[in-house]
Amino acid sequence: MTWQALWVAFVTIVVREVRRFTRIWAQTLLPPAVTMTLYFIIFGNLIGSRIGDMGGYDYMQFIVPGLIMMAVITNSYGNVVSSFFSMKFQRSIEELLVSPVPNWTILAGYVAGGMARGLSIGLIVTLLSLGFTHLSIHNLPMVVITVFLTSALFSLGGFINAMLATKFDDISIVPTFILTPLTYLGGVFYSIELLPDFWRGVSMVNPILYMVNGFRYGILGVSDVNPFVSLGMILVFIVLLATVALRMLAKGKGIRH
Amino acid sequence: MARLCGLFSLITVGFMTCALEIEGLHKSYGDGFQALKGIDLQVKEGDFFALLGPNGAGKSTTLGIVSSLVNKTRGTVRVFGHDIDTDLAGAKLNLGVVPQEFNFNQFEKVFDIVTTQAGYYGIPLKQASVSAEKYLKKLGLWDKRNTPARMLSGGMKRRLMIARALVHEPRLLILDEPTAGVDIELRRSMWQFLEEMNRQGTTIILTTHYLEEAEALCRNIAIIDHGEIIRHTSKRELLQQLSVETFLLDTAEPLDAAPDLADYRCILNDEGSLEVEVTKGQGLNPLFTELEKNGIRVLSMRTKANRLEELFVRMVEDNARENRPAGEVRA
Repeated sequence: MTWQALWVAFVTIVVREVRRFTRIWAQTLLPPAVTMTLYFIIFGNLIGSRIGDMGGYDYMQFIVPGLIMMAVITNSYGNVVSSFFSMKFQRSIEELLVSPVPNWTILAGYVAGGMARGLSIGLIVTLLSLGFTHLSIHNLPMVVITVFLTSALFSLGGFINAMLATKFDDISIVPTFILTPLTYLGGVFYSIELLPDFWRGVSMVNPILYMVNGFRYGILGVSDVNPFVSLGMILVFIVLLATVALRMLAKGKGIRH
Repeated sequence: MARLCGLFSLITVGFMTCALEIEGLHKSYGDGFQALKGIDLQVKEGDFFALLGPNGAGKSTTLGIVSSLVNKTRGTVRVFGHDIDTDLAGAKLNLGVVPQEFNFNQFEKVFDIVTTQAGYYGIPLKQASVSAEKYLKKLGLWDKRNTPARMLSGGMKRRLMIARALVHEPRLLILDEPTAGVDIELRRSMWQFLEEMNRQGTTIILTTHYLEEAEALCRNIAIIDHGEIIRHTSKRELLQQLSVETFLLDTAEPLDAAPDLADYRCILNDEGSLEVEVTKGQGLNPLFTELEKNGIRVLSMRTKANRLEELFVRMVEDNARENRPAGEVRA
């Protein structure tokens, strides 16, 4: 295929993905907006006002970057895992498999689709947060790069999960038992400076901690970890997961007999 | 044979190229089951070809490998000379696939399904829309273009899959039981459409359980059983093997017993229907002379069973007998 044809194929996949999550907006765009608004009201306003400052900012300002990142992570992952698995389940993945689209274009299309949803939700949550607090951007390139790469990373994660999944239960196990605990324990609601040494050490092996703190650094200028280490880690994980996903596609894991 | 076909195509400088060449194709699964045991198959450009076989014979596996939905164990597959191991994209660009089961997103609109498929082939939306309109109109789905696929009837869904497979104008169209579960009227209109596509130059390979379909449409036939090709020939040659044909005659007057005809075996089905076996080469004129001598007037006649079906059943049974271990008795 020519580069022009590859571009058309890539855009086709992305457009189909965007069409899918906007068609079912009540399942995809609305729930995170409602959930995050509740977080802002309960943790930010009601409880947060009693907690006081954290990292030099009031509690609401402190948790907003983490909550935005949490929404981006869960939605990027959720979009790809549910869309790709549904295509496997309905066998409409065969439409792609019989076509001449190369594997890397398929992967790029799905990742871009996951990013489209993750970043849309990130934008919605950011706009909602402005109704509760004031946000100033400390380092815009850091904000943009961190959120884009994190969204890409979790889209890749969702893709691999969908490739491996054989039933609907399999696509909820990782988000429920791995992603959510890691996100909650990844410094969204607190600074790890508050933890005892042992648990601080344990937290340092949680990759989501680096993403949340990298993003928080971009917005507030405070972070529990070096933001450039965060970026480096995200990039390493992206390369790793993209390699795994491409190998699985080449072997036809779960999609070819 | 495949090499001969390749050589022939070279000699005739593409005049009679092979649309599909399969050599020594094997497929084994993890549990040791051998779905394909080294099949060879050639389909010439412009052919209307039937791949027939009982359930589980290996038809869908073969077509699955050609369309890269199934990984082969070993062997060679070429689509218009493009080897799927070395030029998979080239092979796929020439190929359109209509699977046995519905495999589109049921929630998407008909038009979107077809144009999205074109997009996967690198066709820009504007051009894809023109092609989608052409095939949706030809297949009587244009009025349903904005309808979600789940709202279509079974026949419409089948036609949608044909439109989707044709949107990139493939030179080889593979249809895996395209008329399964479709009513007779629609089946006939689909036959007409496929014949028209074939006349316009599209090579067509189909699998079907309706052998009357294969007899009506196809010029060449391969029969696959237990993962092996047991016959690969022209329909004409295949039908010539039929040594006995059975005809049903409707008589003008009721009969008490079957007439005693000199050269024909004759059975009375009911008082107005005779069943007569005609051996190859006997012809029908002497039969009518004999019937007239016996005072029997015939109002109408038809063959008892589809000719190809008779042959197919016989070949598959013969093959089963050959494959059965000594001493094994069928339950």
